[in-house]
Amino acid sequence: MDLTPEEEAMLEGREGEATQAALEFQVEVGDFFVAKDFVPVRTAHLASDPESLREAGAEFLEEMVGRGARFSIPTTTNAGTVDFAKAKLIGQRDIWPKRASRILDSLEAMGAHLCNTCVNYQTIDQPLFGEHLAWGDTGTVIWANSVGGARSNFEAGPAALAAGITGRTPRYGYHLPEQRLATVRVDVVDVDLYGRAAWGALGCAVGSELNDYWKVPCLVGNGLKPTPDELKSFGASLASYGSVAMFHMVGVTPEARTAAEAFGGLEPAQQLEVGPADIEAVFRGFVPENDHADLVVFSGPQLSIMEMGELAEMFAGKNLHPDTRTLLTTSSIAAAEAHRLGYATALEAAGVIILEGVCFYVMAPHELAERFGYRTLVTDSAKLANIVAGYGYNPVFRPTEVCVEAATTGRIAW
Amino acid sequence: MVMGNPEREPDLVLKGPAGVGPKVAGEALVSQHGFSARYDLDRERGLFSREAHDLHGQSLVDRVVVFPTAKGGIATSWMLQEMASRQKAPLALLFGRTNPVMVQGAVLAGLPLMHLPEPPPHEAIATGDRVEVDPAAGTVKVWRANSG
Repeated sequence: MDLTPEEEAMLEGREGEATQAALEFQVEVGDFFVAKDFVPVRTAHLASDPESLREAGAEFLEEMVGRGARFSIPTTTNAGTVDFAKAKLIGQRDIWPKRASRILDSLEAMGAHLCNTCVNYQTIDQPLFGEHLAWGDTGTVIWANSVGGARSNFEAGPAALAAGITGRTPRYGYHLPEQRLATVRVDVVDVDLYGRAAWGALGCAVGSELNDYWKVPCLVGNGLKPTPDELKSFGASLASYGSVAMFHMVGVTPEARTAAEAFGGLEPAQQLEVGPADIEAVFRGFVPENDHADLVVFSGPQLSIMEMGELAEMFAGKNLHPDTRTLLTTSSIAAAEAHRLGYATALEAAGVIILEGVCFYVMAPHELAERFGYRTLVTDSAKLANIVAGYGYNPVFRPTEVCVEAATTGRIAW
Repeated sequence: MVMGNPEREPDLVLKGPAGVGPKVAGEALVSQHGFSARYDLDRERGLFSREAHDLHGQSLVDRVVVFPTAKGGIATSWMLQEMASRQKAPLALLFGRTNPVMVQGAVLAGLPLMHLPEPPPHEAIATGDRVEVDPAAGTVKVWRANSG
């Protein structure tokens, strides 16, 4: 890689041991992807949940603090494992709040903003068109690239950490204009998509077909009129099922005013068509082992204020089934607003547990399954349904209204 | 000195761009599915726990694992290092094509990783084959398990 004098100085250790280690790490990754040089980034967004880091990761961060690590650009944290006020209620082992404290203490010492949200783009930091970022959590990256027109690769925990310290990242992948052009045309035909589950199903249908970080789908169709929350659900699902970092949607996203613009005048390398039967098939692909719901979870990504308002209305005057636990996760900012606006009161009156700063799949869900015998988990998040299948659950992905009904009756309608 | 198999020449040599991590040799475990440590593994034991995965129930500990692609999110980056700290990590990772997350994780953990070799590793290598992964040279030597 071509290094600036400043970067040479970092590599020689003149900016301290931690910065040297961070840049060495970045050079190794950059060389792998044949990056020509580094690009300065405005912010880093760091996923560092204790469920992923465990003991080794917590120790690593403490060592980095000991070596003088300090963020040189604004660095925000992603959703975590523990809502400290609710860990006992949820039944998490004591090790998780302890480990979470250690990790957050280390990151605070480095100067992080401890926002603990996977929807930083809805609450904290707007990605701007054309700017370079180093964000982790795939949902934040696909939003920044696709909806914001900003530029980021998947910067996983150690990579976002390094970028936060050095203020730059290797220039490859989605920092390069040519990688951002669409390669796969997806015609969405006769589909009337309503709600975050339906949009998540579309993300699953497309993502499962692509399954490649380097492919960029361009969605075309008259019915594509998402709300921001629906687009959030679609992007998170597409990234989860396809490991996809960027999409275009003609007439919706900024680098796709027309399909020709999205493809840069080139022909699609691949074409897909998605219709109502494909969306239906995504839902039907999740088969309940029995019709009782052990858990109903609204999470992945964290809910916005509007999504909580909608749920508060749906749960108003209802009570949860005694044998079905119902959780939702959100950011502390959205939670504060939900309390102020009365949504939280309505949800809690029905029995819904509101968790802040977490996402269900990083809450050590396998331990909860073992401890409480949870198996069938009903959710309107396609992403969550995908991930918890590796944690011993029978995930059932359904539209929001079916999830609400399962929460109140204990039964899965279909 | 031949790390992979001192007895005979390799049956096949895959060539590709330079990877990361040290040269190692071991037994291959080959999947036709993607890979994510979060989506697919019981990390405590190093077993594939996702019921729909084609390696369900198998251990990746100390194996050269081979996948067509990386899948899912970013968590694998921390998880490889964490598993390596408890001797539950794979010996090396080979991909048809990988995403940045796997590379970032492999660099942190000090594990060998290569992608884009020809022929594609998930097509050319079979479970049980003995392989030598040399990331600096960009080569993967393969000794067939079933050719004597």
